[in-house]
Amino acid sequence: MSRKKLQDKANIKVLAAAKKAGIDTVWDRFEAQQPQCGFGMLGICCRMCNMGPCRIDPFGEGPSKGACGATADTIAARDMARATAAGSASHSDHARDLALTLIALGKGQTQGYSIRDPIKLKIIAGEFGIDIKDKKEIDIARQLGEKVLEEFGKQEGELILTKRAPKKQQDIWRSMNITPRGIDREVVETLSRTHEGMDQDYKNLVQTTMRVALADGWGGSMIATELSDILFGSPQPIRARANLGVLKEDEVNIIIHGHEPTLSDVIVTAAQDKELLELAKSEGAKGINVAGICCTANEILVRRGLPVAGNFLQQELAILTGAIELMVVDIQCIMPGVAQAAKHFHTKVISTSPKAAIPGVEGIAFHEDKALDTAKEIIKLAVENYKRRDRSRVNIPKESMELVAGFTAENIFYHLGGRFRGSYKPLNENIINGRIRGVAGVVGCDNPKMGSGAYHVALVKELIKNDCLVVQTGCAAIECGKEGLLRPETAYEMAGDGLKEVCKAVGIPPVLHAGSCVDNTRILIACCEMVKEGGIGTSLDELPIAGAALEWMAEKAMAIGWYFVASGALVVFGTPMRVTGSQALTDYITKDLEQTVGGKWAFIENPIDAAHAMLAHIDKKRKALKLQPMLNKQAFPVGV
Amino acid sequence: MSKIIATKAIRGAHKIVTRAKEDLAKAIDESGIDSPVAFPDTNYYLPFAYAMLGIKAQKAKDLLEILKYAESLLPPIPSENVWLPYLGPTLDAGMATLFAQEIIEVLKYSLGNTITPTNEFWVGFTTDAILREQGIKLVDGRMPGFAAIVGAAPTNKEAVRIVRDLQERRILVFMSAETNGKCIAEQLHEEGVQMGWDTFLVPHGKDVASTIYALNFAARAAMTFGGITPKGIKEARDILLYNKDRVHSFVLALGDVDDEKHATAAGAINFGFPVVADTDIDQILPTGICRYEHVVSPIGRDTMIDKAIEIRGLKLSMEKIDIPVPYGPAFEGERVRKPQTACEIGGKFSKAFEYLRFRKSEDVNNGKIEVIGPELDKVPEGGSTSYAMIVDVAGRKMQPDFESVLERRFHTFLSEAMGIMHTGQRDMVWIRVSKEARKSGLLFKHFGVIIHSKLLKEFPSIVDKAQVAIYTKLEDVEKLLPEAEKAYDERDARLAGMTDESVDVFYSCKLCQSYAPNHVCIISPEKLGLCGAYNWLDGKAASEINPLGGNEPVKKGQCLDTVKGEWKGINDYIYEKSNKAISRFNMYSIMDSPTTSCGCFECIIAVLPEANGLMVVNRGYSGMTPCGMKFTVLAGSVGGGNQTPGFMGVGRLYLTSKKFVLTEGGLMRLVWMTKELKDALSERLKKRCEEIGAPDLLGKIADETVTTDPAALAEYLKKVNHPALSLPPIM
Repeated sequence: MSRKKLQDKANIKVLAAAKKAGIDTVWDRFEAQQPQCGFGMLGICCRMCNMGPCRIDPFGEGPSKGACGATADTIAARDMARATAAGSASHSDHARDLALTLIALGKGQTQGYSIRDPIKLKIIAGEFGIDIKDKKEIDIARQLGEKVLEEFGKQEGELILTKRAPKKQQDIWRSMNITPRGIDREVVETLSRTHEGMDQDYKNLVQTTMRVALADGWGGSMIATELSDILFGSPQPIRARANLGVLKEDEVNIIIHGHEPTLSDVIVTAAQDKELLELAKSEGAKGINVAGICCTANEILVRRGLPVAGNFLQQELAILTGAIELMVVDIQCIMPGVAQAAKHFHTKVISTSPKAAIPGVEGIAFHEDKALDTAKEIIKLAVENYKRRDRSRVNIPKESMELVAGFTAENIFYHLGGRFRGSYKPLNENIINGRIRGVAGVVGCDNPKMGSGAYHVALVKELIKNDCLVVQTGCAAIECGKEGLLRPETAYEMAGDGLKEVCKAVGIPPVLHAGSCVDNTRILIACCEMVKEGGIGTSLDELPIAGAALEWMAEKAMAIGWYFVASGALVVFGTPMRVTGSQALTDYITKDLEQTVGGKWAFIENPIDAAHAMLAHIDKKRKALKLQPMLNKQAFPVGV
Repeated sequence: MSKIIATKAIRGAHKIVTRAKEDLAKAIDESGIDSPVAFPDTNYYLPFAYAMLGIKAQKAKDLLEILKYAESLLPPIPSENVWLPYLGPTLDAGMATLFAQEIIEVLKYSLGNTITPTNEFWVGFTTDAILREQGIKLVDGRMPGFAAIVGAAPTNKEAVRIVRDLQERRILVFMSAETNGKCIAEQLHEEGVQMGWDTFLVPHGKDVASTIYALNFAARAAMTFGGITPKGIKEARDILLYNKDRVHSFVLALGDVDDEKHATAAGAINFGFPVVADTDIDQILPTGICRYEHVVSPIGRDTMIDKAIEIRGLKLSMEKIDIPVPYGPAFEGERVRKPQTACEIGGKFSKAFEYLRFRKSEDVNNGKIEVIGPELDKVPEGGSTSYAMIVDVAGRKMQPDFESVLERRFHTFLSEAMGIMHTGQRDMVWIRVSKEARKSGLLFKHFGVIIHSKLLKEFPSIVDKAQVAIYTKLEDVEKLLPEAEKAYDERDARLAGMTDESVDVFYSCKLCQSYAPNHVCIISPEKLGLCGAYNWLDGKAASEINPLGGNEPVKKGQCLDTVKGEWKGINDYIYEKSNKAISRFNMYSIMDSPTTSCGCFECIIAVLPEANGLMVVNRGYSGMTPCGMKFTVLAGSVGGGNQTPGFMGVGRLYLTSKKFVLTEGGLMRLVWMTKELKDALSERLKKRCEEIGAPDLLGKIADETVTTDPAALAEYLKKVNHPALSLPPIM
């Protein structure tokens, strides 16, 4: 696979300079990997035991079984289950840390945190069966944190938040024995079942895959979102800018990169500290500019309107601008290449999570009880590092785009009807009457194997052109933000007439940024609200919706994809999960599964083809619901 | 919300809230923070603020609280570029506007303000009494909704045409605000158009703030008829949705739509009332808040009513009766005053009667209309003529019992023609025809056209054929009258002999369920519907006419209590049809599971524990009563389909029924009633008093001329030795 032509002008500029300086980046290293291992891609290389590694000959000329007798079906399914469990574990561990923070806050053992959304605290506490009457917020917080922790260690029963799903979904899950019981239990069981000599039936392995994914979607990730809202505030639509152009020539640039808002939130607060600002001035900087990368960027973007320096693939590029004094990282998606790139510049990289140590990178362990002090300490390092910036090597591209972000399942109510008439009715009605064709989630990573982000842009443009409202999270959202798709006036020009009319009525862009990758659960909740509002299906699988993460990269994306499929959605990945070495498994998850869980997978690399497949799926749902024909002519006609 | 509309509306909201703030500050400065503020004759404080926030504003300082809330709703104006969502904020700005307008208007009534909202022809605030009276029309479909017109038409002629069009469609018209210094109401006034509640043309005020009167009318409709008690945001939403779903209204914006009108329209959209404008103000077509489109423009003035009806989802059957004057319920309440009268019939002026007969099919020549004697155009100006209208009706399902039901409708049928004022029935009719109507070519034959077409249209399942003969020569009238008189007497005797025991079925009335979803009336021969409009025969006729309509026969089933009037069949029916809200009720008791009320009752009976008796107050009596509450206050606690022992809404004729609160001792319990009621029912009540062996009872019942004070009443009752005092304790 050859390197795809880059589209982002900022990236092109910085990469050109990097090439001159002889610094490698993810694209170079990806290219150096070509051709990548075909067995690995097909999912037919088994490393589960020391009789192996074994591999199956996809052409049927060599071995068709591993040493133990495992077929391609077993090998691919086991690998997929394990990867999904890892993804689910990542989100859930992130959630666990938030629960611990909430408890610490409840015990008065934190610094710099507070209950920013007390209303939501009470609502969620109520959902978890906590009696909130006459209780102090702080006590509710502690109790909620403890109650949430129980979800991880629970052995029996059903995760509390699965009750949010429509009844039909809950019934399906029960009938298929995929209702998650306890978050940790599902991860452990999946790991256990994929051990050598354990579960060998690919369908049974898909069962545990779905359950461990649901433990993420209706467990870990959903908890992470809810607790983040409580601790750091529920997002509201907010303006910001995205792309490397947000970096400042004359300010101390600090990048926060990773996933947990626990860190980024206090850094943002600390960056407003008067003493530190004074210090910055004394160092000759005009201010302290904190910008985000990856999902941390999304977390502080939707809550605080902070600028986004870039998405996953831009983490090294930010450093390559030569203008970053310090990059502070926590967990997930931190490329080792970051530390390697930083060596070429004055940039300090600070790792704050004991769970993610990086060779050659200074670790400042981040604890809730002195969060603000730690944050200040880190910022001070950055400020002091400003004088070491080599101005001759500073190469900040001018590109940055305005955007609107911060849509949630809850604030949609308000934006569709105000304080008194808030509801999902305007959305549902305009789907029913054919102004909006359906709703698509376009999420996930950016990947040099595919469009380096460009696939998302092409896909989203094709969807909105065909009156499909798009909801985004993660690095896909950042990519579309950089391209102006989250800027109402720019995006209207690309949207179909019906969708445009609705967006103009509400004042929203046709592409809604809903947050980080754990915030995909906001999309689940929004879908539940659409079902509750009525008229477009009585369960999630009946809704005219579809999802895509074309440029997926992380195992987390597999967990997300799987919980959407198991919740009844079509999910499109650009390059397939590593399953295609097993025809039976591939057929099962791309076709048969629809009969039981309502959702299924599709693997389509061309973004336009992917858009059309999603539209066709939406049309199928519209037809089943007997919704009205589309009001306006569709670029991709209905029924093709 | 298009951004242009959102921007203007939000800007307008800021202006109006600022104005309210200034007005209030000035008022408080002059009169103090504790000075009382109130609209006249309402139990709903500032009805919109009460409905939305549950605030019972009575003093200037309460207005500060409302103002503060309004300010909290005010969003920033959408930015030029990269705007944030503005639909929700604009709707909030609309709400802020309405809160502010209500403050501005109530201040005109309060704190010694000199600009009163009621002068010339302006009517200002709608009192609760009128609300209930007009609410009935909304309930029974006489009024499909209302149009709030803001601004003015380019010419007076066009203004008249627009409102006539609305009147003919039975749509109530509220008028406020101005365009270039003129309000449509002023245009109508200049053209001599009769305005007021009777003609469905209500001029609220010239100030854009007076548009609140249309919306606080709507808010009260939901509270009164929907039985929604304000509390918080959920109830507020229910009140708004009640309007969206049940009060079919819209805004017509005539002429330039400024920021303040945009802001007001944004408020109306919260109620689900869409806006149709004749100027180009951009559009909001996607649905969701209103039933269909939200703002439509520019629409030509000749088609804007059709457009409004379409986008509001109104189903209107336009009446097209071939007569030379406009026709519709909006003209029913129109007065023809003496100087405008071309011809006067009946009353003290001439011998006149109307009579409907059931005939065999072969004896009725459908559509035949004869005028025997001089036509209307031959009557000298301001003169009179004898008049007998004999209507022959045939139909396979027609029954003699229905004669009176149909005949009683003549009043409405004829009154709805513009220029005909018709009152009374049988040989008590009194009719005036206006000069204008006669000039337009109205003749007696058109009376026949009206009666014929309305009978066939409104009673299609029982009236197959009808013919009308109108006699205008005295000798003919005198010759025909005895037959009619005989029939009147026979009908009365038949009805008088009918008792609840003599029939197996009662009739339900669910006409008001569109407004009070849990309310069901049960109409028996001895207890008519609480609105006074439906007796048992009407119920029977209506159920024959439309078996799937609002009136159904209900089998009484096993009698559970003869005194209280409880039947198993009735209970079962009530339980089901009240949406399981009411499990049982007693037809003849006020204390034990009494019947429920929608809000349309003619009278309210209330218990007076100190007097060990009951009092009755009729709608329209605005004074105090011995229970310490005015009619409007009492009405607030009785309506909405709730069972409230000790209080009951009834039709006024129930007072003369043998089954009148039988459980509590009947008429003997009645210790106080309004003078008006006493006078109106005096003959019948005297008869009833004699029947129960207390011929002097009527004289012992107090009224407001005796006292409205409970202590004085007790004193009086003791003095006259009222029998209630010796009855068992009522509570």
